[in-house]
Amino acid sequence: MMADFTRNEMMTIVAARALKNDDVCFVGIGAPSAACNLARLTHAPQITLIYESGTIGTRPNVLPLSIGDGELCETALTTVSVPEMFRYWLQGGRITVGFLGGAQIDKFANINTTVVGDYAKPKVRLPGGGGAPEIATNCGEIFITMAMGKRAFLDKLPFITSMGHGPTGAERRAMGVKSKGPTRLITDMCVFEPDAETKEMTIVSIHPGVTREEIAENCGWTPRFAGACSETPAPTAQELEVLRDIQARTKAAHAA
Amino acid sequence: MAKFMGLAEAIAQNVRDGDAVAMEGFTHLIPFAAGHEIIRQGRKHLTLIRMTPDLIYDQMIGMGCADKLVFSWGGNPGVGSTHRLRDAVENGWPNALALEEHSHAAMANAYEAGAANLPFAVLRGYLGVDLPKVNPKIKSVTCPYTGEVLATVPAHRPDVGIIHAQRADREGNVLIEGITGCQKEVVLASKRTIVTVEEIVDKLNPPSFNSVVLPHWTVGAISHVVGGAHPSYAQGYYKRDNSFYIAWDKISRDRDTFLAWMKDNVLDKTPESFAAHAKKGSV
Repeated sequence: MMADFTRNEMMTIVAARALKNDDVCFVGIGAPSAACNLARLTHAPQITLIYESGTIGTRPNVLPLSIGDGELCETALTTVSVPEMFRYWLQGGRITVGFLGGAQIDKFANINTTVVGDYAKPKVRLPGGGGAPEIATNCGEIFITMAMGKRAFLDKLPFITSMGHGPTGAERRAMGVKSKGPTRLITDMCVFEPDAETKEMTIVSIHPGVTREEIAENCGWTPRFAGACSETPAPTAQELEVLRDIQARTKAAHAA
Repeated sequence: MAKFMGLAEAIAQNVRDGDAVAMEGFTHLIPFAAGHEIIRQGRKHLTLIRMTPDLIYDQMIGMGCADKLVFSWGGNPGVGSTHRLRDAVENGWPNALALEEHSHAAMANAYEAGAANLPFAVLRGYLGVDLPKVNPKIKSVTCPYTGEVLATVPAHRPDVGIIHAQRADREGNVLIEGITGCQKEVVLASKRTIVTVEEIVDKLNPPSFNSVVLPHWTVGAISHVVGGAHPSYAQGYYKRDNSFYIAWDKISRDRDTFLAWMKDNVLDKTPESFAAHAKKGSV
């Protein structure tokens, strides 16, 4: 029997499945952090998780609220300074996967987390890029996890905070960037992967219970479905149990 | 040379209206007590430099201390917006705030270049993004050996660098451990420095030979402020007060609620008030 699960749980679980035991993963806060730790607690116990605060090989027992909670340092193999983190480890090419979230995304997986509206006179000032601009180009590949919605999945972004495949899908290659860029976009409704030619993010699997119409209604461009589009396998009982456990521990810890 | 003094005296002697001030601590060891003292002393027109403005700059911006912010990520980590920063940028309250925005990598490199006495930092960054269009300080240089075009940013050379550390010995040598951020770089890059510490000890007793130690002749004022990083944390002393970071969202959303909180918890308090937080959040 299929267990009951929320779309948010489905998104986190599918994102976790994308990671491998031998990955060295640069973890963004929020949804990526939940996914990366779920991977570590299920199928990828040897994965190396790195947070930009300098913690390498961290194994937190609860999800951190910030990227620099003490829990990350206490459970890390080693902790380096922030300049060293960005220079030797990220720019040095040691990271296989960068895992990002974002406020807004376009069809070529460029991300905006800077402003809505004009930069000088913004309607909404968002936090900004943080580590993302360099994570996006210096990691071997990029996974992105974001819930779908018309205000998040836009045909054209007001600002590019971190590059996916570029405004028309060609710029990343044209600039000679050697890393792969976004290879997977995991949402609460489906999974996108870039088309081999155009680099447009294309739907390769749809989560159980979601329709194509629903996806289209929550996307600011007309989404493309791959010919071999399949149904995403539902969460297993074990995946759900481990995820709910760590989220319950986290909630209790942050309220204390 | 390190000189021990009270925090009020350290701020009065070192932070002047119009200064460029960098207060660092990457989530860990954020010098909140020093920020509150700057607010109490009514400093104005500061250029505030910090990778993650966090709640401390949200408070200082909301109280009208700053004309400009140099930063790379301005939110409440894991919670949402820094509402006072947003209000300043979106509505000019309490005054307009100029932004010089970078990425984390560029900020970290700029501190390192400052510490290394170089005029600028070089990095493989800002590729395919819009920040260079809105920040004219982001430029590029062509590598003379390979021809690769690399991004550059000017070195950070703050007038004042302020950090919080676990402890100092009686000579004024300062020890930092845990997530060390770019505190060493900030101290070495700044013209004047203030270090607040949890504890002053006879012997530093570093648990490892590789702890970050700033020799006494690299630091300026040292002030003993127990709990001085709260609601950030001091590894080995007290934990990050995550519930306060969550509560700040509501406190800071509304101007009047914010001002009332600042009066009760900052303007009417002293550096000694922080000690209570250290006890409450003990490890």
